[in-house]
Amino acid sequence: MVDVNDSWTEIIKPKRGWFDVNLKEIWRYRDLILLFVRRDFVSVYKQTILGPLWLFIQPLFTTFIFYFVFNQIARISTDGVDPILFYLSGITLWNYFSDCFSKTSNTFVANASIFGKVYFPRLTTPISIVISNLIKLGIQVLLFVLIAIYQVVVNDADIQINSTIFLLPLLILLMAIMGLGMGILFSALTTKYRDLSFLLTFGIQLLMYATPIIYPLSFTSGKLHQLLSYNPITPIIENFRYSFFGIGTFDVGGLIYSTIFSISILFIGILFFNRVENKFMDTV
Amino acid sequence: MQVIKVENLFKQYQLGQVSTGTISHDLNRWMHKIRGKEDPYEKITGENAREEKGNSNYVWALKDINFDVKQGEVLGIIGRNGAGKSTLLKILSKVTAPSKGTIKIRGRIASLLEVGTGFHPELTGRENIFLNGAILGMTKSEIRSKFDEIVAFSGVEKYIDTPVKRYSSGMYVRLAFAVAAHLEPEILIVDEVLAVGDAEFQKKCLGKMKDVSNQGRTVIFVSHNLVAVKSLCKRGILMERGGITFMGSADETVEHYMKVNAEQLNPSISFENPTDAPGNELIKIKTVSVQPTNPFITDEISIHFSFWNFSEDPSVFLAFDLIDLHEEVVFGSGFKFEKNQANLCQGSCIIPKDLLNDGVYTINLYFNSAEMRPLFNTMNAISFEVADKERNYAYFGKINGAVRPTLKWISE
Repeated sequence: MVDVNDSWTEIIKPKRGWFDVNLKEIWRYRDLILLFVRRDFVSVYKQTILGPLWLFIQPLFTTFIFYFVFNQIARISTDGVDPILFYLSGITLWNYFSDCFSKTSNTFVANASIFGKVYFPRLTTPISIVISNLIKLGIQVLLFVLIAIYQVVVNDADIQINSTIFLLPLLILLMAIMGLGMGILFSALTTKYRDLSFLLTFGIQLLMYATPIIYPLSFTSGKLHQLLSYNPITPIIENFRYSFFGIGTFDVGGLIYSTIFSISILFIGILFFNRVENKFMDTV
Repeated sequence: MQVIKVENLFKQYQLGQVSTGTISHDLNRWMHKIRGKEDPYEKITGENAREEKGNSNYVWALKDINFDVKQGEVLGIIGRNGAGKSTLLKILSKVTAPSKGTIKIRGRIASLLEVGTGFHPELTGRENIFLNGAILGMTKSEIRSKFDEIVAFSGVEKYIDTPVKRYSSGMYVRLAFAVAAHLEPEILIVDEVLAVGDAEFQKKCLGKMKDVSNQGRTVIFVSHNLVAVKSLCKRGILMERGGITFMGSADETVEHYMKVNAEQLNPSISFENPTDAPGNELIKIKTVSVQPTNPFITDEISIHFSFWNFSEDPSVFLAFDLIDLHEEVVFGSGFKFEKNQANLCQGSCIIPKDLLNDGVYTINLYFNSAEMRPLFNTMNAISFEVADKERNYAYFGKINGAVRPTLKWISE
């Protein structure tokens, strides 16, 4: 029998090249991604009395806490925006990023029992997390709109929606890409050395305070202002608020910076993730 | 046509704590690499032998594995625990990567190292069929087209919309297996874990595998169950200490395995003082021995046990399983021992004559407290062979059965 080398459909090798990323395979497993999304969504709220209502309660609680601590006690300005709407807008978008980041950051460790038994492209898991959180975000944006209408009608809050609102999908996409990229990069780095994972919660919290969530960018000045503008999430939050309230800055340059940063971090994340994907079972 | 070709496959594992010292090892490795030298940790890698405690932290779980599988072939891989079978399966299933060497594959491969991977307890049976099917590589439409068949095969129609956490363990396994059984890969890799469960389920599993191979698809089956390997597989591979030591027809391979095992008989172990003896801080084994050492089936066999009991409890319940070469438990038995002043417990178990079939047996020991709290277990403590006696009738072949009691016959 003639052995034609080209007719092998697959070759298992010790090491995978850096750029040996099989995106076609992920597409072939798209049904699995959707089923993971469904599983995440259905399973989280089973056996809770309030069910998906928790999606509303979580951001509202945080908003009230921020309102009392930062607005009523610390008296930090919200640039003339209704404080409830100011905090809620920041939290809604920030939570999406932090959920994507923290939940994809332990992909390997959390799924070790499945990954140890059957092969499927491992990237399907973090992708499904980003998508299921997108649904959550959608519901929370709806909550934000409802609260905004309430505040405008009942409390005479000032809202100036402008045409930059059409950039909202881009802002969300950037958050998703950045959260996913940082999360999978992190998950790849923590398979061997777990030390980093202890810093994660702390790091995300720190990052939140380094992002204009509880204060407007205009509240800062000088070196601090400079520093905050290096944060690639800053332009996203600022532009989001601008499109709703007409305050702050609409910063095209910042958005371009965020876009380049997001795409690069996702690229680096995929490379590292792909690199450890076939070996991690030995070290996890 | 070859569908799998394994070439010079090696797999290295690190023993002990993975995290300690890995940064320095990684740096050292990297330094060697940039200077174009060999990996410094490859040289000090020990053999895959659990009995000998090597001084190396790295071990070869697989060492230079070469074989190929042709289309439609059913290949059985046998060997003792720790011989490297599972590692080989994991590499074939792409769960982990080899350290050196390649595997070439032609066709879609599906591996069943476990049934019900990814089952979520909160989801219903229906939802889990789709999820599990997709994890195993089926598309939604493939699953949908086989859905009714899967449900019928599993026999849990009534509970299909109930969360699987409410299922009995039997229903759970049946549903999980039903999904796996409806995979249609060109190459199927099956671990022996599939063959656990009740007898009826085992039969179903093995039957399904037979169907698969009859359809001309390729199957690789890893098992301890020599009978199953003999009846299902055409070819066999014997693995020992991370390497292939025999390759041939399934019957030949099983025979060779049994012969190798028989050569390694060890009818008694004995230790003078507790420091050298196997055991832990509670139990130390002094002696386990068989009398006579080479019994015939017509002999009464006495197994003598003596061990130190250092636990606070004066009594210890010792049970043993008698295992035959097919790794099947022939029977188990137990007895409560009281310790003397020297913390020593001694006693014997008498196996009546004309009970055991001829063959090689090993003994697994289980030490429990009087309340049945496990104190210490040890597998393959001793092994011995029971030899056949001349028979006064014309059949000289092996007589079937796990036991071969002399029974009373009455002619009428």
